Amino acid sequence: MRSYLVSRVLGMVPTLAVISVIIFTVIQLPEGDIVSSTLDRLQAQGVDVTEEYVQNLRAQYNLDKPLVLQYFYWAGNFLTGDMGYSYLFSRPVNELVWERLGYTLSITVSALFFTWIVALPIGIYSAVRQYSIGDYVMTSIALVGLATPPFLLALIFMHIGFEWFGVSTGGLFSPEFEDAAWSWARFADLLAHLWLPMIIVGMGSAAFTMRILRANLLDELNKPYVVTARAKGVPPAKLVLKYPVRIAINPFISNIGLMLPGLVSGEALVSLVMGLPTIGPLLLQSLLNQDMFLAGSLLMWLAILTVVGILLSDLLLAWVDPRIRFE
Amino acid sequence: MSEVALPSGAGVAAGVTDRETAAAISPRRLMWLRFRRHRLALASGAFLLVLYVLAAFCEFVAPYGTTTRNDDAINAPPMGVHFFDAEGRFHLRPFVYAYRMEVNPDTWMREYAEDTGTRHPIRFFARGEPYEMWNLFPMDRHLFTTDAGTYIHLFGTDPLGRDMFSRVLYGGRISLSIGIVGVVLTIVLGILLGGIAGYLGGLADRVVNKAIEVLQCLPSLPLWMALSAALPVHWSPLLVYFGITIILSLFGWTALARQVRGRFLALREEEFVMAARLIGADTPRVIRKHMLPSFSSHIIATATLAVPAMILGETALSFLGIGLRPPVVSWGVLMFQAQNPLVIELTPWQMFPGLFVVLTVMAFNLLGDGLRDAADPYSTGGMK
Amino acid sequence: MDAVLSIRDLAVEFKTDTGLTRALVDVGFDVPRGEVTAIVGESGSGKSVTANCIMRLIQPPGRIVAGTIEFAPERALSSEGQAPRAPRLRAPPFDIVSLPNRDPRLQELHGGLISMVFQEPMTALSPVYTVGNQVAEAILCHRDVSRRQAWRESAEMLERVGLDDIERRMRMYPFEFSGGMRQRVVIAMALVCHPEVLICDEPTTALDVTIQAEILTLIKDLQRDLGNSVIFITHDLGVVAQIADQVVVMYQGRVLEIGTVRQVLKDPVHPYTRGLLAAIPGLAPKGQPLATIGSVVGDADIETPHPLRRLADGRQVSMPQDSRG
Repeated sequence: MRSYLVSRVLGMVPTLAVISVIIFTVIQLPEGDIVSSTLDRLQAQGVDVTEEYVQNLRAQYNLDKPLVLQYFYWAGNFLTGDMGYSYLFSRPVNELVWERLGYTLSITVSALFFTWIVALPIGIYSAVRQYSIGDYVMTSIALVGLATPPFLLALIFMHIGFEWFGVSTGGLFSPEFEDAAWSWARFADLLAHLWLPMIIVGMGSAAFTMRILRANLLDELNKPYVVTARAKGVPPAKLVLKYPVRIAINPFISNIGLMLPGLVSGEALVSLVMGLPTIGPLLLQSLLNQDMFLAGSLLMWLAILTVVGILLSDLLLAWVDPRIRFE
Repeated sequence: MSEVALPSGAGVAAGVTDRETAAAISPRRLMWLRFRRHRLALASGAFLLVLYVLAAFCEFVAPYGTTTRNDDAINAPPMGVHFFDAEGRFHLRPFVYAYRMEVNPDTWMREYAEDTGTRHPIRFFARGEPYEMWNLFPMDRHLFTTDAGTYIHLFGTDPLGRDMFSRVLYGGRISLSIGIVGVVLTIVLGILLGGIAGYLGGLADRVVNKAIEVLQCLPSLPLWMALSAALPVHWSPLLVYFGITIILSLFGWTALARQVRGRFLALREEEFVMAARLIGADTPRVIRKHMLPSFSSHIIATATLAVPAMILGETALSFLGIGLRPPVVSWGVLMFQAQNPLVIELTPWQMFPGLFVVLTVMAFNLLGDGLRDAADPYSTGGMK
Repeated sequence: MDAVLSIRDLAVEFKTDTGLTRALVDVGFDVPRGEVTAIVGESGSGKSVTANCIMRLIQPPGRIVAGTIEFAPERALSSEGQAPRAPRLRAPPFDIVSLPNRDPRLQELHGGLISMVFQEPMTALSPVYTVGNQVAEAILCHRDVSRRQAWRESAEMLERVGLDDIERRMRMYPFEFSGGMRQRVVIAMALVCHPEVLICDEPTTALDVTIQAEILTLIKDLQRDLGNSVIFITHDLGVVAQIADQVVVMYQGRVLEIGTVRQVLKDPVHPYTRGLLAAIPGLAPKGQPLATIGSVVGDADIETPHPLRRLADGRQVSMPQDSRG
């Protein structure tokens, strides 16, 4: 188990390295760079820019170096915890990221738990009572849930929240707590706002997971080991939970890895619609304004979040499935 | 003790039924027989077929172009099609009522109601707004329209008085075709890379595998956002369209490639492939005649299931304003104009594009499930 | 004859997309107490379906449409904690077929009074629980004993089926075992509650020939020691000769011939049984082409069903009156 853990953690390193190259390439793609957009801005304001000033600016951002070297500067700084400076917000990227990463993380993780809590019992029920009315209702809801884009869901839920409950559902805090210092009351206010994005972000993956679990379980239900267990007299409820469900949730756990990128994507989209102070809206702003240090760091953090999440789900899988441990 | 086994086959099937023997049915026909059992998948296929035909001929089907404005109907609700008029008289030719506009004294909003005094009969295959079919043939006949000077808005109008029904159809042409073009690109990439990895093995396999692994743990939407934002602003709509499609397929090929690779690896070891090789078939023949047919049905099923991701991707990007941009009309672009939750309350008919996205994605999912079950009755993940 | 199971007029149908398949038609035979009954037949003859009926394991689309299976256990039901088959009190016989699905007696039956060993030892055990856990579970499902006690009794039974280094092996997972060892585990799991009937559904088909012989000897020896009845399903007449006391020959969901192993193997009556025996490679004279069932059966009509008829020597055969008597 320990060697498995070590090999998995070490395996992350090249993955993240490749990802950082991809992200660096992507943020280099747009025409122009931070200097040219700064110059555009200055010239628009009527400021006269000297050639010397431009050279200084380029040197400041290492733009005078070859691209490969620029990558190493960028990656090296990232590793030492310096993510550069956002000209859009005129603040260090570090501050901007730390402000928002927590919210992104809490929405994503809570959406993950929502997915499990909803999909597990419904998936089991649907498989064990295949073709019952309940099964049809649940699979139909899952079908619609899977097909509805998260932003549409967000719009609908916001409308329902406003129309039926008279609450404004945008944001993560009530106005009075928006800029307040952390306190229990502010935390409670956060929780009161968190559940809606959680449901919206988690809906699609819950539908997806439920369908997978149902299908897996249907496959497992008549496997020889289940028949053997029934033949030795295991009571029905225990039979289902201990034998087929136990096997059917394995792909379920490994699916966390596949679900996480989707959850992170969905979170970004939903945050944009609901105006949540997470990484998603910041990313869109930075992309539209070519604030590439900021965009690159945000992309990198989203990737790290996913890769670490996938690692955790793999470890969880190894913990529950002895076959993987023994490989 | 020697093993003494009874010959099987003398009476494999206990009891007698008048089933067709498996040997007499071609694999394709067998797949069709199995597919036919999935009523929902069949219905979904029919629905999609209708949708694609409508989108392909949208100039003819839509009564108006995407920019035609009816200044007397701003944010007007859908019109109902009637056979019976206000006096209860039956008309063989269906008709719509004209709008009667009032300004709500409280909200200062325009509100529209049916003016039961003014009937506009619907004319089929009649002359209406001129257009160029597929940018090639000048025509002016529409599937249905009303007399000149009057309007029919089956799905209502948008804030500029443009006909939602026509815009949804034109948008469908873009959104639905992005799904197909993107999936074709995905298939080409997936089969090429997956096939190379699975057939060559070794270093090629390791490289492709690592690429798949890396791409699968990237959150796709943020990267799509970054890449779309990188598309030059001065590009023509057509270039942007292909740019977006390529961006969507760049991350979509991994699932298919993984599947193709797995199949290649498994099939290489299969006895019928070995047998083909032993009787002297060369490699291209083995791949073409024995390996491809045995998983082409899987590819079709997987491709069908990949279309929704493309459509949802385009919709999300355009919704954020970084995908396709007006004057191009797609379902995503139309949703961009309905970003405000107030739209649901005040002009819910402007959410029709969203409804079409949901229905299309659902239909593709159901169709793909049915195809997969038909291609491989033992597959996991099948929903009946 | 003292029968532990009496099967009468059993009929099972499978409803499939292509129509109704009659898997069993009027199947009837007795299982003598304390003996080994072999059911032989080719694939699809209904032997496994018969076994599944006794275990009530027939699942939709299959359905038992008629018939009774009368079970006469020596132990009364709900005899928790009793020493195995200690008091020779007869419980009243009851019909397994008519037990409601949720009847608690059904669970007591499963593994407690009737156990089953399946064909595939590789998949008969869950890969995510230890062997000890799965064997001990059989005890815990039927008797109110401590886990420690269940573990100890499981160890005893595992030792009896020929495993060594028991304590370590019980903490291992099934996928760490070979096929033969897994089948021993499955047999131990089936016998650990001392059932009165053990059903073996081709338990050696998936194993190597040498392992097959070992497992057969094991089943036979355990049957002698424990005194339980065995229903042994196989398509292998060599196995039948080695293990069975009574033989039931099935074909196309019907019983064709019932008799002692000597009667059926030495002097078969039904043309189909004769065909079966003639098709065994070792028995034909050297140099002769191997007979097929069809060539021996010849023109004899084996497709038309006839009711079972008792012959003078006690065996039963499904043939018209005039053919032999």
